[in-house]
Amino acid sequence: MKKIIIALTTSAAMLGFATAASAQDKTKICFIYVGSKTDGGWTQAHDIGRQALQAEFGDKIETPFLESVPEGPDAERAIERMARSGCALVFTTSFGFMDATIKVAAKFPDVKFEHATGFKTAPNVATYNSRFYEGRYIQGIIAAKMSQKGLAGYIASFPIPEVVMGINSFVHGAQSVNPDFKVKVIWANTWFDPGKEADAAKALIDQGVDILTQHTDTTAPMQVAAERGIKAFGQASDMIKAGPETQLTAIVDTWGAYYIKRTKAVLDGTWKSEQVWDGLKDGILTMAPYTNMPDDVKKLAEETEAKIRSGELHPFTGPIKKQDGSDWLADGAVSDDGTLLGMNFYIAGVDDQLPK
Amino acid sequence: MGMIEAILLTVITAATPLVLASIGELVTERTGVLNLGVEGMMVMGAAIAFAVTQMTGSPYIGILAGIAGGALFSLLFGFLTLTLVANQVATGLALTILGLGISGQIGEPYVGMSGTKLQPIVIPLLSDIPFLGPLLFKQDIIFYVSIALVLGVNWFLFKSRAGLKIRAIGDNHGSAHALGIHVIRTRYLAVMFGGACAGLAGAQLSLVYTPQWVENMSAGRGWIALALVVFASWRPWRLLAGGYLFGAVSISQLHAQAAGIHIPSQFLSALPYIATVVVLILISHNRRMTQINTPACLGKPFVPDR
Repeated sequence: MKKIIIALTTSAAMLGFATAASAQDKTKICFIYVGSKTDGGWTQAHDIGRQALQAEFGDKIETPFLESVPEGPDAERAIERMARSGCALVFTTSFGFMDATIKVAAKFPDVKFEHATGFKTAPNVATYNSRFYEGRYIQGIIAAKMSQKGLAGYIASFPIPEVVMGINSFVHGAQSVNPDFKVKVIWANTWFDPGKEADAAKALIDQGVDILTQHTDTTAPMQVAAERGIKAFGQASDMIKAGPETQLTAIVDTWGAYYIKRTKAVLDGTWKSEQVWDGLKDGILTMAPYTNMPDDVKKLAEETEAKIRSGELHPFTGPIKKQDGSDWLADGAVSDDGTLLGMNFYIAGVDDQLPK
Repeated sequence: MGMIEAILLTVITAATPLVLASIGELVTERTGVLNLGVEGMMVMGAAIAFAVTQMTGSPYIGILAGIAGGALFSLLFGFLTLTLVANQVATGLALTILGLGISGQIGEPYVGMSGTKLQPIVIPLLSDIPFLGPLLFKQDIIFYVSIALVLGVNWFLFKSRAGLKIRAIGDNHGSAHALGIHVIRTRYLAVMFGGACAGLAGAQLSLVYTPQWVENMSAGRGWIALALVVFASWRPWRLLAGGYLFGAVSISQLHAQAAGIHIPSQFLSALPYIATVVVLILISHNRRMTQINTPACLGKPFVPDR
């Protein structure tokens, strides 16, 4: 028993300090993760970004991280510990770290902070986010081309603007190809529950959808789609391994380029607090290879992607009405970012009722 | 395949891990030990079963490893609470946290791999019965075992001599000890049985339900299993019914959503817990009922005086 306890404490200590060994001449760029770095989705994507950053600067920097930090009071302690340990820049990579980041930043004015997906800033706190909805628009177009029945299933997590925006963008993209296209939405009320996500996928397929997309974190829906022989889209990471003959494409978060850019700014002394919301053109988000689809669909997807990259096409371009029939965007008008970031309404054509 | 059949098949997959984990916990609690570490033992079983399946290529060896892993892990709980007489609630919670951590380490090399799904065993003739055949007789071995365990535990607890001893220990460990029943030894065995069942439930998750490993994949099912034991008021038959009821609620709410019927899904997600609270109120309302069903020594430490 003693041995076990010793083993446990040593391994815990190693986890804590292995990355904290400091070398004076190296700049510390630190990361706080909400999940495990091997979660196969959100946090893994951030960790791949961190590795790209380390590879880019090599010996000049070190990149300690804390994983599985729960959102809440613990987050504040974790961020403060990082700041105290001499980090020059701290990336806090979950929406729920927002208030904790702002609080700690006030205590450490010389340390720079970057908070992912939030909306609160300070002189030493910047925010960054990715325009995931651009990828969802392309997915909508592919879905409308690939679906025999004109009916897709959408596994959603929580009714927050990020997710609502994704559904709207997907539906809008699909209906630009097939105006009668319908989407069935299931709110799983979780980001992460493989069993429940699989159950939701089965329910949708049993009710006749022949394309599946998800805004939850595990590959379980992809597996179910593969088993039932329909096509599906991956989320956050390339999920092709879970469905080699199933995945059409996936929205892949590629934070590395951004982490490199911001670290460079810290090293040059040009870092400023900003609210960055980058998209396909900035490389913060990429589409996994377009697979398992005919060439003409692939071509259309690639063309759409190119148009979004060049700025020729904004997925939310009018005319778009809200679900209740009122006008939202006039013909040719493009949505402003503020409306998107606070999106709490469906657009016309979404066949679901938004949970209150 | 009709819609009803499709729904019922999904319900069976969703209910099986709940039934398995809770039937084990039921036996543990019947001896008066409250092990809140079900979630931790379950996720350990899931990680070990998946890892061993990947190493050996045989899901059956994986299942056995998951069972053994759950049982061994529960032994840690047994040692702390039965031999060292640590607080059961705190130790159980610690077991859950520890299990989540260790399973993450065990499973790390296997993240993102697609697993081998356990194939169903088709029972000849019976599986040809219309409707019921494909539902009940074209299932994987873990489903058959789960039903057999409920039957077996029910017989064991209420019809066998050993079961009588177990119930005696749970109701009054002092008297049982005075009668010469080995309280601690029996509790160790019951704790390990609970661990083995939770491990098997975990194996079902990573080999049948969603054949893959992701950290924390039990996602709270261990807690639902604990609630289920109380919901069933420590009776195997009610537990089976409750497990399928909980499963049916969670699946039908997904179907309702997909069909465009809007019941607040948050409410339905909370329903198993609400049902448990209601049952608790009902059974505690009637004092006699409470005394008949609840193991009176539940959660109380036992130190034999020598």
